Amino acid sequence: MKVLVWAEHEQGALKDATLSAVTAAAGLGAVDVLVAGDSAGSVGAQAAQIAGVEKVLVAGDAAYAHGLPENVAPLVVALMAGYDAFVAPATTTGKNIAPRVAALLDVAQISEILSVEGPKTFTRPIYAGNAIATVESSDAKLVITVRGTAFAKAAREGGSAAVETVAGTGEAGLSSFVGAEIAQSERPELTSAKVIVSGGRALKDSETFAATILPLADKLKAAVGASRAAVDAGYVSNDHQVGQTGKIVAPEVYIAVGISGAIQHLAGMKDSKTIIAINKDEDAPIFQIADIGLVADLYSAVPDLVARV
Amino acid sequence: MKILVPVKRVLDYNVKPRVKADGSGVDLANVKMSINPFDEIAVEEAVRLKEKGIASEVVVVSIGGAKSSETLRSALAMGADRAIHVLSESEVEPLAVAKILKGVAGEEAPDLVILGKQAIDDDSNQVGQMLAALIGRPQGTFASKVEVEGDAVLVTREVDGGLETVKLALPAVVTTDLRLNEPRYASLPNIMKAKSKPLSTKAPADYGVDTAARLTVLKVVEPAVRQAGVKVPDVEALVEKLKELGVA
Ligand SMILES: Cc1cc2nc3c(=O)[nH]c(=O)nc-3n(C[C@H](O)[C@H](O)[C@H](O)COP(=O)(O)OP(=O)(O)OC[C@H]3O[C@@H](n4cnc5c(N)ncnc54)[C@H](O)[C@@H]3O)c2cc1C
Repeated sequence: MKVLVWAEHEQGALKDATLSAVTAAAGLGAVDVLVAGDSAGSVGAQAAQIAGVEKVLVAGDAAYAHGLPENVAPLVVALMAGYDAFVAPATTTGKNIAPRVAALLDVAQISEILSVEGPKTFTRPIYAGNAIATVESSDAKLVITVRGTAFAKAAREGGSAAVETVAGTGEAGLSSFVGAEIAQSERPELTSAKVIVSGGRALKDSETFAATILPLADKLKAAVGASRAAVDAGYVSNDHQVGQTGKIVAPEVYIAVGISGAIQHLAGMKDSKTIIAINKDEDAPIFQIADIGLVADLYSAVPDLVARV
Repeated sequence: MKILVPVKRVLDYNVKPRVKADGSGVDLANVKMSINPFDEIAVEEAVRLKEKGIASEVVVVSIGGAKSSETLRSALAMGADRAIHVLSESEVEPLAVAKILKGVAGEEAPDLVILGKQAIDDDSNQVGQMLAALIGRPQGTFASKVEVEGDAVLVTREVDGGLETVKLALPAVVTTDLRLNEPRYASLPNIMKAKSKPLSTKAPADYGVDTAARLTVLKVVEPAVRQAGVKVPDVEALVEKLKELGVA
């Protein structure tokens, strides 16, 4: 089987999500990687180093600068004439593009796979991860998105793929990029952090959230996450949300502070290696899955913890 | 402008899903079902655009079993004008849903289609993007802000890195994220009024769509359960644990 993997990149750097997608794709067959963007060349060179990649296709065109699906999907569809499967990371970019590709190819998409069970058989979470379905495709071609936490990252070094330039399909003339507010942070990224400190509704407001959660995150060199309630209330921006409809994370250590543990939140973090919960309510559902629980008022416990680590 | 809002009836988000003993799926017998929360946000957004005088008509459509008409009635009670029920007792996959919606869009000619970014049952996150592809129109997915400007719509999207704004030529497809709005509760008079709003019933075949499944569900199982661990008595004990884990 020949597989085309969508490379996720930002500001000239190949993102880790691509590496998990490559591992998933390698379970299906020979892996080529598509790098689309306005300055795709340097990313193409990075992709060529990924262990196990056979060929890198570089489509450098201003039309692909912001991953607009109206422009990108026709490119992928044209390339799919030579492939059996299209695999994208289940990032907001991958989720935006892949279904558009699938519809144009007239095939079903298999969203957020957790494992490859056979050439056309996969597992995927449904109902916020409260059930795992094994599905088999009957389509001639596959379109798949990959849950990053479910697959090991392919090595960034060790490969020596051929790099080929492909002609772009240009502007569809349907959409344009206006602007972005991308959070800049010195902290580790949520989806690749080893330690995450997350705050919930109990953190009151953005000042309190910052004054309470950030010192602990700094001490533990952790990324900062949040529940939906904390994001809705404006304590932190949307890119911090962990859960069914936010980011899926699986760090070594996840510390939930003032988070009750709704199933939608658990869906995003229950595959963390060690879960620690700090909550003043001993019956909070988060304690049912936490490895280590501390029943305490976070406003005394967290500063105390910061002072001791 | 006319707005089309597709809605789905799903297991209520407050209910913990239970996997059937025979592994064929999730048990939906005698459990509370509701409108998919993201679709409720879509209905709210469309109704607000109507209240602002930007939209003239809001049409809701649902593809599903007989009881999906209840979901349509709840959308009508929120302020939608008219409903279309495409009756199908068997499950319809996202691609076939998108094809049916293409047929509906062909008849209704909406300027904007607003739908939820994902249904909280199958968590597919596909239909909006697929519909946009099939009708050859632009898509603004995961929207936290929608502003109609002449013959275009500005959509602010929640993306992994933060927010991004795109400008789409109308007609366009928008999928909603959680923070687009807070849906209203329908008032009792509006619930009564919704009962007499027009609701037409169709079949997938009316749109020439074959709903045969492309994916076979071989089995559905519960995920591995995590066991509760230990409770530590105080912060000092927690620090010890963090040291053992090598993070402090
Ligand atoms: C369609 C849909 C999608 C959703 N997606 C997500 C998602 O992706 N991610 C997500 O997180 N949620 C999501 N939710 C929301 C989810 O259902 C919960 O509402 C949310 O996770 C609750 O956030 P919370 O735990 O911060 O708040 P709460 O449930 O209010 O919990 C606050 C906790 O703080 C504790 N507390 C209060 N004061 C203190 C104190 N001083 N010290 C210690 N503890 C204290 C309380 O005991 C309580 O347990 C979604 C909901 C829907 C309907």
